[in-house]
Amino acid sequence: MAEALFRPLSAKDGLQEKWSDGRTTASVAAEFVKSNSRLTPVERLEIYARSYWFRVLDCLYDDYPGVRAILGDRRFMKLATAFLAQFPSESFSLRNLGSRLPKFILDQPAFTVPQTLLVADMARFEWAQVVAFDGEARPLLTQDDILDAGPKLRVGLQPYLTVMECSYPVDEFALALKKRDAGLRGEASNALTAMPAAHKSARPPLPRAKRICVAVHRQNNILFFKRLDPEAYAILTALRAGRTLSAACASALRDSDPAIDWAARVREWFQSWQALGWFCRRSSHGRT
Amino acid sequence: MPANPFNNQTDYGIGIGLRVPHYRHILEKKPVVDWFEIISENFMVDGGRPLEILDKILEQYRVVQHGVSMYFGSADKPDREHLKRLRTLVKRTGTPWLSDHLCWGSVDGRYTHDLLPMPYTFAVAKHTAAKIREVRDYVEVPVCVENVSSYAEFHQSEMTEWEFLSEVVEMADCGILLDVNNIYVSSKNHSFDPYDYLNNVPHHRVGQLHIAGHTKYKKYILDTHDHPVLDPVWQLYSHAIKLCGHTATLLEWDDRIPSFDEVHHEALKATRFLGDATRPSGKAGSAAEPVAA
Repeated sequence: MAEALFRPLSAKDGLQEKWSDGRTTASVAAEFVKSNSRLTPVERLEIYARSYWFRVLDCLYDDYPGVRAILGDRRFMKLATAFLAQFPSESFSLRNLGSRLPKFILDQPAFTVPQTLLVADMARFEWAQVVAFDGEARPLLTQDDILDAGPKLRVGLQPYLTVMECSYPVDEFALALKKRDAGLRGEASNALTAMPAAHKSARPPLPRAKRICVAVHRQNNILFFKRLDPEAYAILTALRAGRTLSAACASALRDSDPAIDWAARVREWFQSWQALGWFCRRSSHGRT
Repeated sequence: MPANPFNNQTDYGIGIGLRVPHYRHILEKKPVVDWFEIISENFMVDGGRPLEILDKILEQYRVVQHGVSMYFGSADKPDREHLKRLRTLVKRTGTPWLSDHLCWGSVDGRYTHDLLPMPYTFAVAKHTAAKIREVRDYVEVPVCVENVSSYAEFHQSEMTEWEFLSEVVEMADCGILLDVNNIYVSSKNHSFDPYDYLNNVPHHRVGQLHIAGHTKYKKYILDTHDHPVLDPVWQLYSHAIKLCGHTATLLEWDDRIPSFDEVHHEALKATRFLGDATRPSGKAGSAAEPVAA
């Protein structure tokens, strides 16, 4: 039965006519499913197959509105179906269903050309929102922790925080979609409080390639994203990798413009990140 | 006095499912609701808004956990991460019991996220009962298993669904979450008398009841939870109350969810049956005489 469910549906949203070994699906279904006066075995099995595919596709449809907007519904469904056929859920929670989608997009570019990099960036960005929504928040790093450790301090970053480098300004595109779907938001806020609903109106123009660094995080359990300078991104990435505070700063600023007062800028960044609650103690196994 | 070892929460009356579209209304208006049922998996997360909402609800309401992916009937061993998260949530909510479905839904670590019917065999019953015991021993609260609505039957089956349910709960020594809408849906899909089902399960093990709406298609009925409860289901519910005594009852409304007030109003219709039920006297199996269908 599981084999019948996990195989993609036919073009008519039914079970495929042939089983994986070449027999007819109808004959295989009849071997283990009873018929009744109204439904054949394969029709009864189809109720479950449709239910499975509609459920998992609907989940990706809701969680990846940006990817969907870039590709359009038809191409998105082809991508999602191919992805789910190769990577069915391995978690008791549908929350994790799309965790491997960004890698699949890069590994299987045929589904997304010529927008593969943009789609992959958007998929990473949208997965980061899933993480930010309900990821763990660890106890904050205290001033005492910082003072006690000095320059050898290794700080953790909150598990719900994702810092990422993208080839496209996906944050701006996501905001444009959000505005399209929910009406204009306040100019002062770039909060994403909920996934946009499906919408039939015109898609905002696709963004042009432009390297950006962005953090996806939450404040008071509301999702936000925040642009980062490349040096700030490099520091945060090094901290997440386990480098000490001093080593992270040194490596991030190695080739930076000497005319800039980096000490002041780094101090400002750290004050901001500390205020946002991004720093926490590193876990015992080192992963943050 | 408790009705029986599995229905000892006789002060739990009519509850409704805690659903996202109602969060704001509940937190702002604080309506009087006896208890909320939560989908455990929605709150088995590490942090963020789901747990913030849950904690606010717990400040004011009683919560009972209902799971959708333990899959007692799957061949796989219970997922340790799943069990750990479930136990953590049990401690957070203080749920007096928890429920999940008598079904399977995963194979070799792949999840269908559906409630799939099982072949009703003694071997499957034994395996399922062992898994229920393992889960119950781990989470340390009573477990009730829910009958699912189904659309397929297997040649392999050796007994009826209600015989299978009875076999499993007796071997597992666990409770039943009896979904009367599911009984009705399956009875139409598989052409059996729903009263035969109701009359022949161990009523002293019924710890909770579910009611819900369904959708009729040309060739089958689908358990959609997107309608008010239909009359035949209310009639079954009335009969279930006569058989089981006063039992915690939950209205499921999961799709095309109307306003909180509409859902609550629909749930409270159960009062006319539940209100008439004699509070249990402590005699196990003290059910009323079966009524002909």
